[in-house]
Amino acid sequence: MNIHEYQGKAILKSFGVRIQEGIVADNPEQAVEAAKKLKQDYNSDWVVVKAQIHAGGRGKGGGVKLAKNIDEVREKSKEIIGMQLVTPQTGPAGKKVNKVLIAQDVYYPGASETKEFYMSVLLDRSRGRNIIMYSTEGGMDIEEVAEKTPHLIQKEEIDPSIGLQGFQARKIAFNLGLSGAAFKDMTKFVTALYKAYEATDSSQFEINPVLKTSDDKILAVDAKVNLDDNALYRHLDYAELRDLSEEDPTEVEAGRSNLNYVKLDGNVGCMVNGAGLAMATMDIIKIAGGEPANFLDVGGTANAETVKAGFNIILKDPNVKAILINIFGGIVRCDRVAQGVIDAYQEIGNIPVPIIVRLQGTNAEEAKKLIDESGLEVFSAIQLKEAADLVTKVLS
Amino acid sequence: MSVLVNKDSKVIVQGFTGTEGSFHASQMIEYGTNVVGGVTPGKGGQTHLDRPVFNTVQDAVDTTGANVSIIFVPPAFAADAIMEAASAGVEVIVCITEGIPTKDMIQVKEYLKDKDSRLIGPNCPGIITADEAKIGIMPGFIFKKGNVGVVSKSGTLTYEAVDQTVKAGLGITTAIGIGGDPIIGTTTKEAVELLMNDPETEGIIMIGEIGGGMEAEAARWIKEHGTKPVVGFIAGQTAPPGRRMGHAGAIVGGADDTAAAKMKIMRECGIRVVESPAEIGAAIAEELAKVQA
Repeated sequence: MNIHEYQGKAILKSFGVRIQEGIVADNPEQAVEAAKKLKQDYNSDWVVVKAQIHAGGRGKGGGVKLAKNIDEVREKSKEIIGMQLVTPQTGPAGKKVNKVLIAQDVYYPGASETKEFYMSVLLDRSRGRNIIMYSTEGGMDIEEVAEKTPHLIQKEEIDPSIGLQGFQARKIAFNLGLSGAAFKDMTKFVTALYKAYEATDSSQFEINPVLKTSDDKILAVDAKVNLDDNALYRHLDYAELRDLSEEDPTEVEAGRSNLNYVKLDGNVGCMVNGAGLAMATMDIIKIAGGEPANFLDVGGTANAETVKAGFNIILKDPNVKAILINIFGGIVRCDRVAQGVIDAYQEIGNIPVPIIVRLQGTNAEEAKKLIDESGLEVFSAIQLKEAADLVTKVLS
Repeated sequence: MSVLVNKDSKVIVQGFTGTEGSFHASQMIEYGTNVVGGVTPGKGGQTHLDRPVFNTVQDAVDTTGANVSIIFVPPAFAADAIMEAASAGVEVIVCITEGIPTKDMIQVKEYLKDKDSRLIGPNCPGIITADEAKIGIMPGFIFKKGNVGVVSKSGTLTYEAVDQTVKAGLGITTAIGIGGDPIIGTTTKEAVELLMNDPETEGIIMIGEIGGGMEAEAARWIKEHGTKPVVGFIAGQTAPPGRRMGHAGAIVGGADDTAAAKMKIMRECGIRVVESPAEIGAAIAEELAKVQA
């Protein structure tokens, strides 16, 4: 589960990770009050107005702006709140900004140069262990660093039986070229960050940049915190941080019907049992000359209820020109699924696009007969190849 | 011969008396699997499906000599169930449960390191050796006995591939559903290696999906050590980056774990990669015919 920067930072702070302080605001007036409070608490003359959306690259899209006085805070907040922010990660439609984080200016001048680093904590799948990934090249796109200068990205693996050790935190701080007070503060930062990662059951932390301030403090300027959905039952307080306005409304609705749905941009909707077969069905749509409009796994029991819910979800997408239902009936019988499709179809009434139903497995022949004799405008198939050919046919 | 499980495997079911456990245990018994009992803490001493229920895996192993366990317990308790089975010395542990927290699986993996147990899954359909033993949730009747081994991250897509293979006139030795989670007990490479070493298996179908590097690792191993034809398919060629496609592990994170990247490296390693999932059965039949010619 993704959460906002301001929520992620609050979690990090609760584990002793130093952060760029800030106050979240829903409107320009709150933003002004926040800026005044930051002046009072942290003597921050300038503040940064940061759009709160679940996507990176906010700066590039004009969602992060410096404000040097109260008038500018009001003005920039007005600009950003309500805007449709387009970043390299949002897609061309962008995302609506509902909140801004008014954050202290941490790039103030001082005794030493400021310096930006990159740090993330994540699972190394091949090793089955967590790693801390870090780089001296902070503040930029890490994918770009990985491509152009891969030697500048370093990794530290955590042994799960003993956890992060002091020597590892020191190694990271040394490798980042730090000394003195900044070195000490970095070891504290790394230690607290990993502790937070473990304790929150997170699946990824990305702190970009981690800043060394001009007075040698280490802090998180940004925070992307991704929590493990499977562990949310242990963290009900974090589960409440979910922001449904950041998610596709159809995906949210599908989730309520226990359907696993991901909206895509294509023209052929699909409804499948099982995640692997669902992905394979998307691929076959593409090979047949269409583009998948969605991923939809209806799970093990494809009955009239789930099929109906699936139809309703898919038909919300105006781009859908055809629907392919692909069910491999193992323990669930195909004739029952076919009856489910027929019942759902009749209940919904007129479905304006052609439907292709491919049922294979237990009682596949009986299922095909049921569909063919239903009098509905539904194409039936048993072999996957036949279903693909039907997709090509209805699209042409 | 076969791999991992056969008609002599003595199987216990953890989560035996629950809805899922009961249903699939009876299906397994119907298939002919030698289910010798089950475990439900607190229900030890009872009889379920005509078989004894034990409080602990250790009790079950001591009494029945079980060497295989299948786990149907809810995600919050599944990691514990796996470790209990390993601590009792169960040789093959199949975990069907979907939704186990990653942190729990990191611990499980660490715990299993110095144990003799092999874990299959979690979040998998299980293993089946055709006509001998079904330790899983797959529809048994589609698995006709033959000479093709299957390794797959997915359930229904495995059934699809098996069904095509059988319709192409072939059959299955053992099908191993390794699971779709980011951390799993047996990797694609390990499963392929088991099948490569099985004298009855003459060809292998390897089904992967987006996310992770297991298919590439298996492909490199096959290039080096492979002695039998392998047909590969990667699901998710059309999946957008950064979005989870159902399985917890099915997410494109970078340039290396896309379907295209995996298919490329598999081809380079001599695997017959099919673009369409409808061609898996025909492809393995062709490859086997070439070897036998």
